[in-house]
Amino acid sequence: MTFEPKIVGFLCNWCSYTGADLAGTARIKYAPNIRSVRVMCSGRIEPTFIIKALFEGADGVLIAGCHPGDCHYQEGNYKALRRHRLLQRILPEYGVEPERVRLEWIAASEGERFATIVNEFTEQIRELGPLGVKESLAEAMKDDIDHHEEHIEESGAANEA
Amino acid sequence: MKLKGGIYWGSGCGGCDVAVLDIHEKILDVAEKVDFLFWPIALDFKYDDVRAMDDGEFDLVLYNGAIRNSENEEIAKLLRRKTKTLVALGACAHIGGLPSLANYHTKQSMFDRVYSETESTDNPDGTVPLEKSIVDGNGLELPRFYNTVKTLDQVVDVDYYLPGCPPVPQQIVNALTAVFNGELPPKGSIIGAGTRTLCDECPREKEEKEISEIKRPLNMIPDPEKCLLEQGLICLGPVTREGCGARCINSGVPCRGCYGPLEEVHDQGIRMISALASVLGPKEEKEIDAVLDGIVDPLRTFHRFSTAASILRRKMI
Amino acid sequence: MSERIGVYVCHCGTNIAGKVDIDKVVEFAKGLDDVTLVREYKFMCSDPGQSLIQKDIEDGLINRVVVASCSPLMHEKTFRNVCTRGGLNEYLFAMANIREQCSWVHVDEAQTTEKAKDLIEASVRRVALQVPLTKREVPINPQTLVIGGGIAGIQAALDLADAGKKVILIEKEPSIGGHMAKFDKTFPTLDCSACILTPKMVSVGQHENIELLSWSEVEDISGYVGNFNIKIRKKARYVDAELCNGCGACWEKCPGTRVPRKGNVHEKLSLGPTTSIYMPFMQAVPAIPVIDTETCIRFKNGKCGICAAVCERNAIKYDMEDEIVEFEVGNIILATGFQTFDPEPVKRYGYGRFDNVMTAIEFEIMNCASGNTGGKILMADGKEPKSIGIVHCVGSRDKHYNEYCSRVCCMYALKYSHLIKEKIDAEVYEFYIDLRCFGKGYEEFYDRLLGEDVRFVRGKVAEVTEVPIEEAEKGKLVVEVEDTLVGMVRRIPLDMVVLCTGLEAHESLPDVAGLCSVSIGKDGFVIEKHPKLGPVATATDGVFIAGCCQSPKDIPDTVAQASAASSAVLSMITREKIEIESATASVDEDKCSGCKLCNSLCPYLAIKYDEEKGVSVVNEALCKGCGTCAAGCPSNAISAKHFEDRQIFAEIKGILSA
Repeated sequence: MTFEPKIVGFLCNWCSYTGADLAGTARIKYAPNIRSVRVMCSGRIEPTFIIKALFEGADGVLIAGCHPGDCHYQEGNYKALRRHRLLQRILPEYGVEPERVRLEWIAASEGERFATIVNEFTEQIRELGPLGVKESLAEAMKDDIDHHEEHIEESGAANEA
Repeated sequence: MKLKGGIYWGSGCGGCDVAVLDIHEKILDVAEKVDFLFWPIALDFKYDDVRAMDDGEFDLVLYNGAIRNSENEEIAKLLRRKTKTLVALGACAHIGGLPSLANYHTKQSMFDRVYSETESTDNPDGTVPLEKSIVDGNGLELPRFYNTVKTLDQVVDVDYYLPGCPPVPQQIVNALTAVFNGELPPKGSIIGAGTRTLCDECPREKEEKEISEIKRPLNMIPDPEKCLLEQGLICLGPVTREGCGARCINSGVPCRGCYGPLEEVHDQGIRMISALASVLGPKEEKEIDAVLDGIVDPLRTFHRFSTAASILRRKMI
Repeated sequence: MSERIGVYVCHCGTNIAGKVDIDKVVEFAKGLDDVTLVREYKFMCSDPGQSLIQKDIEDGLINRVVVASCSPLMHEKTFRNVCTRGGLNEYLFAMANIREQCSWVHVDEAQTTEKAKDLIEASVRRVALQVPLTKREVPINPQTLVIGGGIAGIQAALDLADAGKKVILIEKEPSIGGHMAKFDKTFPTLDCSACILTPKMVSVGQHENIELLSWSEVEDISGYVGNFNIKIRKKARYVDAELCNGCGACWEKCPGTRVPRKGNVHEKLSLGPTTSIYMPFMQAVPAIPVIDTETCIRFKNGKCGICAAVCERNAIKYDMEDEIVEFEVGNIILATGFQTFDPEPVKRYGYGRFDNVMTAIEFEIMNCASGNTGGKILMADGKEPKSIGIVHCVGSRDKHYNEYCSRVCCMYALKYSHLIKEKIDAEVYEFYIDLRCFGKGYEEFYDRLLGEDVRFVRGKVAEVTEVPIEEAEKGKLVVEVEDTLVGMVRRIPLDMVVLCTGLEAHESLPDVAGLCSVSIGKDGFVIEKHPKLGPVATATDGVFIAGCCQSPKDIPDTVAQASAASSAVLSMITREKIEIESATASVDEDKCSGCKLCNSLCPYLAIKYDEEKGVSVVNEALCKGCGTCAAGCPSNAISAKHFEDRQIFAEIKGILSA
């Protein structure tokens, strides 16, 4: 089976979610791999959401907010940008390609741009391949086994006897 | 009747055991109330002594240190069976502590480094520890060194957590007293620490923050009155549970986060990223990056004590 | 306690059902935790669809609702109302957008269905953790701010003032009137612009309910619907409005020159006095001059003072300074209008290079009877032109500049042809792409022009040049155009060329829109709340729009929208109270350590530090629920209601559970 990337989008209500809706209204087709979470402002998006999404199985995360200067709440998008820049620095340390987390500015009028970005991002993630955090964790711990388990069981049983 | 108690160290530095001794003369009160049937760092007992005990025979076991190898896990499971109350003592048992920084490496890369690459290693035969070996015709067994360091509650059920690296001695006394008096909070609680972050007990003056330059303690003498974070030092106080009495802060050293996060904070280090980045001054990407360049090794700085308890837990392999 | 969630899957006719396998989705939803019933219906938003949900709530079958249908931006309100009617708190509702972001945008049915399932699971998991929120009401200040004193602002202000409501009308120019005050005639009726506008301007000036602040700009807007605080900068006029009686002695004697006295006819065009102390035009309201400090000799070298000397009422005040005044208003109408496209960058049309290439606005001023040519159509050298070309769509319908149609150019171009024919004996050419005569009486006007000997050439003008090829072209402007009806390239020698420059949002709009937290589209105009159903409202409650700040419009449409905006405001004022955002941030004082990290994060200054308690608190009346503080709070003491961490985590888990 070909690899279908799982992409989580975090979209701000006023620009990017509206832009994504516009792509719908205009019936612009794009890759079905993205599922979006609507937040009121990109400033609401915590890096923890992104890490959590990666942990839960996302292969890529798209954060989208209003263009600089256009934030419905004035400056939320700058906060998103700063958090993103810092998060980008730690992802490689986790062995996660920073390209898997992408920040874009998508305006309410940019339905087509939303579709283009999603397509492009989906292809980029497809090339990077699956992330598989949980699988990797299981693999990293597969030999971390305490062989004395049985021994304790035995001694426990002996005690009861 | 005296209570039966035990103290054990997993993968730790022994600091927590010392912290127990640091309760000074109060140790006598404790000794009056508790018979220590197992405390490897202080008294001579064998594992088989514990194995021979009834399940649930201990009233209280304090387990410090992280789970780094099969022995740590084996004894954690053993003690869990043998005790009514299991307390994770100190940062390592609580959230992984410093040993869990090893999670950004693998067992192999660490062995390579330690047994062959370090500047002081002289090991021409490339000898590495083996789990099973024959020496003079006798079989010898070593515990298995794990790839991933775990917190205590990642291998057994834990009743209470007493955070800190090391925990403040007085809090150990408080916790023990609570056990003696049967005044323990609901299972799973943090004992001996507060419910807010360190900023609450930090005596420094705090203002609204805008950080335009990151500094390091070695490069400056911080203003003794003002919030360290506002002075550009990476202080993890805002994401760290209070309870230590701001001992580092009072010495002019920023908090490194040993008391771990507050409840419902899923990841202490990542939370710090969000908080710190929020109050940076610049808005332009380049300027932001220039400020961020000042943070040396951000991931390990933010996760210094909490890697094992963080969401991703380790570097992917 | 486990929740009882009802999931309602909408077919939306074939809009969703055509791409999403409804049966599969329904089966899937039935298997989700806490879901007690799943229903499907052709149109959930229809009356019967809404009744389905309402009845299930009333029957006690469910206590949480998920509707899988269109975007929440479309129908969240509708279904929240259903919940309220059924007796369920509306915040116990969640929507899965399986239309705009699913069935409409994907091709493969299986994948689209899978996505729909994931989105529904996310909503189900989320709704299980949602908590009831109470609606809050705030009073509405009955005073309104209208920004912009063109015909849109004038109409809106008068409507409100006539209804007995106080209005503050601010205009950045010395007089209200806007562009309409520059026109001589208006299409298609050829009314005298001044005759219909001036009385309205005078009414504004005299209206007891209108406080007119001309030569003023918005400095700051804070607050929220019903309760905005406005700071306005009254720019220094250097003329005391209380003392001035508009006699005109000052500009009659002023030696300064705002509009050059030398130069050709076109360079000297002006409606009002050309001096440094001036009124923009003689019917100005207020009829008080202003000093142009750029050209005033007094301000340049301190050596003049004539205007002060001749002013009998001692109204000239050289030491006057800008003044900041503050108001409280309940609603705001944006009517910042338009500016015309600057054709200078379109080098091939020669504007700025050739004396006799002019813009539409310049041509309007020249035609205006009260302008300094007395309404005469003249070439730069003062002679009457024998032939004039009118070039349509300059800066409009052009991918390089503005893609949109400016809507008014065709009609004003036809008006020009008529005026030219009426005033002088000249040949007139209209170079057009399409003639768009859509309004009432417009097509008839075009038909009339066809009988007035105007030459219509269908084609986009390639170039205006002075380089002759033939004898007849010497000394002329030559318009090169592909006549698409004849199918050949033509070169037409002319005396004068008028460029029908398109309409753009006024350059002041981005700043003003920013202050009101209103978004601007990529065309530069304000994004309305809904392109069809909310054309006068914006995404920001209490901020309305009128006229060309929304899109290019003619006068009738502008006036209609202005009246619509004022009626929307009136409806708000009449309600006296309005429900405001319940999904605000709040601080758990038991967790807050008072680190003061959040205080600077709030753009609305809603977070204050309580010295006594040692914690930060959110003023929920000011909070707009962006959630930035919740994301920044290091101790998780701040929660963003309805967008709590655990709710979003649940959503993430739901999305990725498949």
